[in-house]
Amino acid sequence: MTTLISIRRLSRLAYGGLWSLPLPLWLAGFFLGPMILLIWLSFWDVRNFLLTPDFQIENWQKMLSADYFWAAYLRTTLIALSAAALASLIALPCALAISFFLGLKARMVVLGLFVVPFFTSYLVRIYSWQIYLTENGIIMKTLAAIGIDSGSLLNTPFALMIGLVTLTLPLVIVIQSISMLSLDKTLIDAAYNLGCGPRRVLFATVLPAVRPGIVLGALFAFIFSFGDFVTATYLGGGKFTTLSILIADTVKSGQQWPRAAVVALVMIATLLISALGAISYAYRRA
Amino acid sequence: MVKTILTRRALLKSGVITAGTLAMPSIVRAQSVTEMTMLAWYGQAEPDAVAQFEELHNVKITPKYYVGGEQMLALLAQSPPGTYDLIHADAEYVQQLVRANFVEKLDPEDYHFDDFYPEFHKFPGHWHNDELYAVISRFGFLGISHNLDAVSVKEASSYDMLWDGKHKDKVGHFDWHLPNLGVLSLRDGNSDPYDIGGDAWSKLQDTTLSLKPQVRGFYDYGGVLSSLKSGEVTVMPGIGEWITGVLRRDGANVTTTIPEQGGIQFTESFSIGRGSRKADLARKFIQHTSSPDGQFTLANLNVFPAIIPSKVGWERMISERPDDARHLGIFKGDGNSIDLIRKGRIHIRQLPVQQDLADWNDFWSAYKSA
Repeated sequence: MTTLISIRRLSRLAYGGLWSLPLPLWLAGFFLGPMILLIWLSFWDVRNFLLTPDFQIENWQKMLSADYFWAAYLRTTLIALSAAALASLIALPCALAISFFLGLKARMVVLGLFVVPFFTSYLVRIYSWQIYLTENGIIMKTLAAIGIDSGSLLNTPFALMIGLVTLTLPLVIVIQSISMLSLDKTLIDAAYNLGCGPRRVLFATVLPAVRPGIVLGALFAFIFSFGDFVTATYLGGGKFTTLSILIADTVKSGQQWPRAAVVALVMIATLLISALGAISYAYRRA
Repeated sequence: MVKTILTRRALLKSGVITAGTLAMPSIVRAQSVTEMTMLAWYGQAEPDAVAQFEELHNVKITPKYYVGGEQMLALLAQSPPGTYDLIHADAEYVQQLVRANFVEKLDPEDYHFDDFYPEFHKFPGHWHNDELYAVISRFGFLGISHNLDAVSVKEASSYDMLWDGKHKDKVGHFDWHLPNLGVLSLRDGNSDPYDIGGDAWSKLQDTTLSLKPQVRGFYDYGGVLSSLKSGEVTVMPGIGEWITGVLRRDGANVTTTIPEQGGIQFTESFSIGRGSRKADLARKFIQHTSSPDGQFTLANLNVFPAIIPSKVGWERMISERPDDARHLGIFKGDGNSIDLIRKGRIHIRQLPVQQDLADWNDFWSAYKSA
């Protein structure tokens, strides 16, 4: 009898283990392995344009003492924070409308429409924005026709935000909507029954309850914007040097992959700390 | 009466025989086609550049395109000898190819140097210890490229115009430090723009940083084309007919002017890769590029037009493509491109002599962030 139980336990363990196996394998092969390689690479040397295994800290000293590195770091962080805040603010009324004012069918259609942009390459979408924002583009021509001189739109912080919101907004709306749809609606009824007006229901009941969705949406927007290269290059005109542009520049000239690895590691560390901080805030008890 | 019955087996059999017979010439031809590899800037192995040679010698040229001389050196360093039969490089990188032993020595007698202008018989970057390692294919000048609706040729005759308030936010940069800092070094009055001491280097950094408020953006090849065409920028230092020539084909009213302070010359060349098993064929290709036919083709490549060193090629350009020839500076008389070189207004693009390349790159990153 005991043997039979042990075999059953073992087979259950093996079954569970088999299903759990892909996760550690994936993490080891596609996260841990490359991460170790990246850390190792940051200590290598480049001699005659050829990567040479070494263990020298010069790459770290060089990058971390460079003013332009910290300027790019600060700029990237500010741009990503602004994009995350903007996308979250725009997404909030959209998600509220989808979750509380639309019927089931309309909700499915609208959420589906927010997924459609992902069918087109992000690069193509950004190139399309160039056509709208450029000197002789549709927006400037329309504004000029009604007598408004809007100045240049491309290569401005405005164009940067347009590109980053294009990238992140659909995702933020979907995350916020899912969070609001899973909200227990009796809480809202209870708030009304206790005499709360619509504004108080929103700020004292709905928003605190969907905080994880709002924070996670903003976190994703921040992560995507922080590492984005396309918008900074094609709508920012390469004028706002972000860390991604700095990586490309560092590799392009002198084949300095080790120094680029230093920048990449700083980016990863920043994103890890941000993610941990945001998640802990999202699920913190009020 | 004899009845012919077409069985399934007979049908398949005759089908296979017919297909085999029809395909035979292609199979035989495919078997005899030789493959030759080329490491090059984009466009050098496209059909308009190599189809004539491929047909003539029954060869297929397979390109590996790179972006920037340093990427080329890295690719060679990571590949075994013989990987690339032909190497297409800018002159400033040929010396590094020689030092790293990536290219074979060439025999000058094999090529059409007699057809070339004397300036290119012994082009400095292509020779090392009196031995030839690369044969020039074409070249171009870098100065100020500008939209003629916004900036006249007269106005573009000095780099000082870049700081003019009316061009604020209309100056663009091709995102590579070497040509940009080269022309700004000329503006600073350095007679050898890449061989400058500490003081001149500091001054060049100040000059460049002072231009930043005028700058609209930093662009890659595609971005340079679209920004100049759309009017997003009206003037760009450090580029040349390799951009404006392409835009003009598309109807844009743009040109390149070499200011009084001078211009920078880029030079393309072909070498034979170390250990190439098709060195004879590679040699024939370089002979073809230096021949009058090959030179005419190279001047008019789809990727971008460029000046050719062959006098015979010039004659053909002047008679068959007079408009393109004039924009390239291929014409008879004062002010043509050879005349500019002889008057000392053109300086060959090279790597910085007294500073480390990384210093120039770091400064360029700092400038972009400023």
